[in-house]
Amino acid sequence: MKELLVVNDVFKAFPLPEGKGEFTVLDGIDVRVDEGEVVALLGRSGSGKSTLLRIMAGLIPPSSGSVSSSGRPVDGPNPDVTMVFQSFALLPWLTVIENVELGLEARGVGRLERTKRALKAIDLVGLDGFESAYPKELSGGMKQRVGFARALVVEPKVLFMDEPFSALDVLTAENLRGEIDDLWNAGTFPAKSILIVTHNIEEAVFLADRVVVLGSNPGHVRGDVNVDLARPHNRNDARFKALTEYLYGVMTNPALKVESTKTATTVHAESSAAVARSPLARPLPHVRVGTISGLVELIVDMGTNQEVPRLAERLALPVDDFLTILDAAVLLGFAAVRENCVDVTPIGRDFATTTILRSKDLFRQQVLANVPIVATITKTLAEKENKSMRADFFLDLLDEYYPAAEAQLQFTTAVEWGRYAELFEYDAAEARLTLGEAAGTVVG
Amino acid sequence: MNVPAMQRALPVPGPLRRLSFGLSDAVVFLGALALLALLAKVGSGAFVSFVPPQTLPSVSLAPSNLPYYASRSLLRMFVALAASFAFTFAYGYAAARSRYAERVLVPLLDILQSVPVLGFLSITVTGFIALFPGSLLGLEAASIFAIFTSQAWNMAFSFYQSLRTLPADLTEATEAYGLSRWERFTKLEVPAAAIGLVWNAMMSFGGGWFFLAASEAISVLNHSYTLPGIGSYVAAAVTARDLPALGWAVLTMAVMIALVDQLFWRPLVAWSDRFRLEQSASADAPQSWVYDIIRTSQAKRVIAVVWTPLGDWTSRRLASLTRVRSRRNAGVAPAWVERAYTLVLAVAVVVLLVAGARFVLASVGIAEVGKVALLGFYTLLRVMVLLAFATLVWTPIGVAIGFNPKLARILQPVALFLASFPANFVFPFATLAFIKLHVSLDYGSVLLMALGSQWYILFNSIAGAQSIPTDLREMAADCNLRGWNRWRRLIVPGIFSSWVTGGITASGGAWNASIVSEIVMWGSSTLTAAGLGAYIAEQTTKGDWPRITLGVATMSLYVVLVNRVLWRRLYALAERKFRL
Repeated sequence: MKELLVVNDVFKAFPLPEGKGEFTVLDGIDVRVDEGEVVALLGRSGSGKSTLLRIMAGLIPPSSGSVSSSGRPVDGPNPDVTMVFQSFALLPWLTVIENVELGLEARGVGRLERTKRALKAIDLVGLDGFESAYPKELSGGMKQRVGFARALVVEPKVLFMDEPFSALDVLTAENLRGEIDDLWNAGTFPAKSILIVTHNIEEAVFLADRVVVLGSNPGHVRGDVNVDLARPHNRNDARFKALTEYLYGVMTNPALKVESTKTATTVHAESSAAVARSPLARPLPHVRVGTISGLVELIVDMGTNQEVPRLAERLALPVDDFLTILDAAVLLGFAAVRENCVDVTPIGRDFATTTILRSKDLFRQQVLANVPIVATITKTLAEKENKSMRADFFLDLLDEYYPAAEAQLQFTTAVEWGRYAELFEYDAAEARLTLGEAAGTVVG
Repeated sequence: MNVPAMQRALPVPGPLRRLSFGLSDAVVFLGALALLALLAKVGSGAFVSFVPPQTLPSVSLAPSNLPYYASRSLLRMFVALAASFAFTFAYGYAAARSRYAERVLVPLLDILQSVPVLGFLSITVTGFIALFPGSLLGLEAASIFAIFTSQAWNMAFSFYQSLRTLPADLTEATEAYGLSRWERFTKLEVPAAAIGLVWNAMMSFGGGWFFLAASEAISVLNHSYTLPGIGSYVAAAVTARDLPALGWAVLTMAVMIALVDQLFWRPLVAWSDRFRLEQSASADAPQSWVYDIIRTSQAKRVIAVVWTPLGDWTSRRLASLTRVRSRRNAGVAPAWVERAYTLVLAVAVVVLLVAGARFVLASVGIAEVGKVALLGFYTLLRVMVLLAFATLVWTPIGVAIGFNPKLARILQPVALFLASFPANFVFPFATLAFIKLHVSLDYGSVLLMALGSQWYILFNSIAGAQSIPTDLREMAADCNLRGWNRWRRLIVPGIFSSWVTGGITASGGAWNASIVSEIVMWGSSTLTAAGLGAYIAEQTTKGDWPRITLGVATMSLYVVLVNRVLWRRLYALAERKFRL
């Protein structure tokens, strides 16, 4: 099969503010897209999947490594690909047809030819009659149809989709996903290959011929999984289900090796060469305490050994969001994950069923034992004469490990957990932390 | 999908559109012809030759000349506006797109915004006369430049801000689809900035009348220069102590402002509403009857026939010239380049400061510097007293208006109108009153400065009161919050942000106004107040360059200091605590 896109050993890091080193997003990435295949990049947040897509589209440069497209190195916007955006990215002051013509105009296609091809593309995505409408008159699903028409009208070699259905409601997304799949299966698709970035496991297995699983912090390729099912992929097929469940297990358990299921699959060695890192470098999942206890209570109610897909479905949450909450529960020692099953720990059971005061005690104990940043803040405050400190101090500490926005988020989560545990108080107006009453009993 | 949206979305069949030459077409056609004829007639006056200072065009006080003078003034305003737009696009684009340019251009803009525009006049008038010897064009250019300086900085800053806050996904989309720089500029950057830019231009244009009136008749280096225009008409009327002529001038000015608002700005604002960034339809779009006429006429189709091929050709040329071939070196210059650049900037600033200080101190003693600083303090006191009084008087009135939607709809445009009416047209009446009542200008000038700037406080109080949510007001009534408590808990926090905006604008306007308010004339009698504004005005008349420089620099310093010490902090407080 002819190679269209080749990513060779790409590494990407963003500089941290004030020259405090770098934040690595992608590490040693090798990915390939061949002619005639649909590839899905599947990963959780923090896996750098959107960054990787943008590097392949030539929108941002890699720090090292190379990307080539149709044999030519990519060092600027890649002319072989067009992109469908999660947020649609339509220019609100242009009509549907003007938006669709955008890429053609940039390629210097004449006015008459442009109109002809745009009308055909609009017809293809089922927006006939809406040519002169403005985006604000359209529903979300119709806006994304314009996004598809704009991308397909230039007949790119590879169509890039960046979570194209995740801003739509479930039914609209399902409908549009099915239509795109139908177009592809009909064999008249205006692009030779498709590359889709997603965190939705079902979506990946439904659309893709090959799923590339990305790991997080920093992003790395965990392995490829071939979906060797007849197109269109049937959700009720036992092998579809088996594959989906297998991927759930893989996504839930970062330590698991990704192996080929049915056919030969390249299995990469785990590239997370366990470098000793500061405890602060391990990011906190941004989850509120109430959400964590809600999840633990639910698992207690539903009984032991719940499967991850079933739980996610029961909560009607996107898998990515669900896994983030689960991460928090695991981090605090309230839940444990084996294969793709979740169970509560004895402490978790106690936490979920006891009184508010006792559950706060348990939370305090667990957070101090398992969450280094909260423990560090509490200890630092306890050591101070006036038991109080400006927030900047801790933000600077986090800035060593995260970009500014992420450091702020990490801090916010740490404060939320510490406040709930009554370890410290936070005055937002003064941006000052003060040791809480309960802290005295725990920290000598 | 609701039904009205569907109907709007359906394309109008071609034959229906080509129907007939309607009434609106006739109006648009005749309007365009009349405009062209007027432009030709009025514009030709600007090319009259004269040799300064012998054959200056004189101003006749017959009221029948007023329409012609007013048109000449209006032409100046629009030329300045066009120049401001050109400047805005070039400057804003450079500042937003080049990191090196940004570090010079943005602070420079900050300083330029703080320099009293009228202080420039003396420098520019001499410069432009030298540039166009033997023609009235030099004076025209100087006057236009004065108006330009009152508009351009604001607009450039607004454009720069819009470019810096472009939605990331749209920027990415234009990049991914390979749009050239020119296509990005016309399809993304200018449209995204349009609403802010049009509003800013409209407000600045309103402020521009003041500088127009002040710049048409000016004495520099002991010469008085006069341009035919409504501002010089007022100046001539003052010299001749002709009250009826003044009355006619005020009336003409009022009519002109109202006409420009209805025929130019309202349609422009209504049109620019299409560039809203929200992806959903908004409820209350701005309306304009002129815009409706133009839109329903066939003007758009007629223009399209000519414009489309021409526009296509130009934009294709420009697009191919500005195509982005490969990624520009992603801005990671080596550290020493950064350091060298910073060093060059620092040296340039120091050299300029030293040169400026030497120029001033060579002919002016250090004692004079102290005296000027003291004069600046007097003017500062006037600005503060003015703000306090304007707040005490106009905030309650503004809040009362804002809480009454019907009243607000009528009176808000009136406040806006009053803010753009050049206060210097009313100065002669006030001066006459001061002379008759024996009021010292030391106090009277506060009133003169307030005549122009107080309206910003009123306007923003109305807007602030309107922005307080109805449920909060109902809650206040429900909790029986009354009188001072209601002000303290609901109204003051609610309108604080708006008040700060109004305060900044009003104080900027007051500093500028001090140059024409602290020294006023009626016939041959002159009233003077002790203050920095009077100092600058006097030195400008004399043409004493070092002292003009000293005066203007001191005033800029005061403005910058007050901005840093007072307004920035209040603004930060408003952002942090009182955001609704």
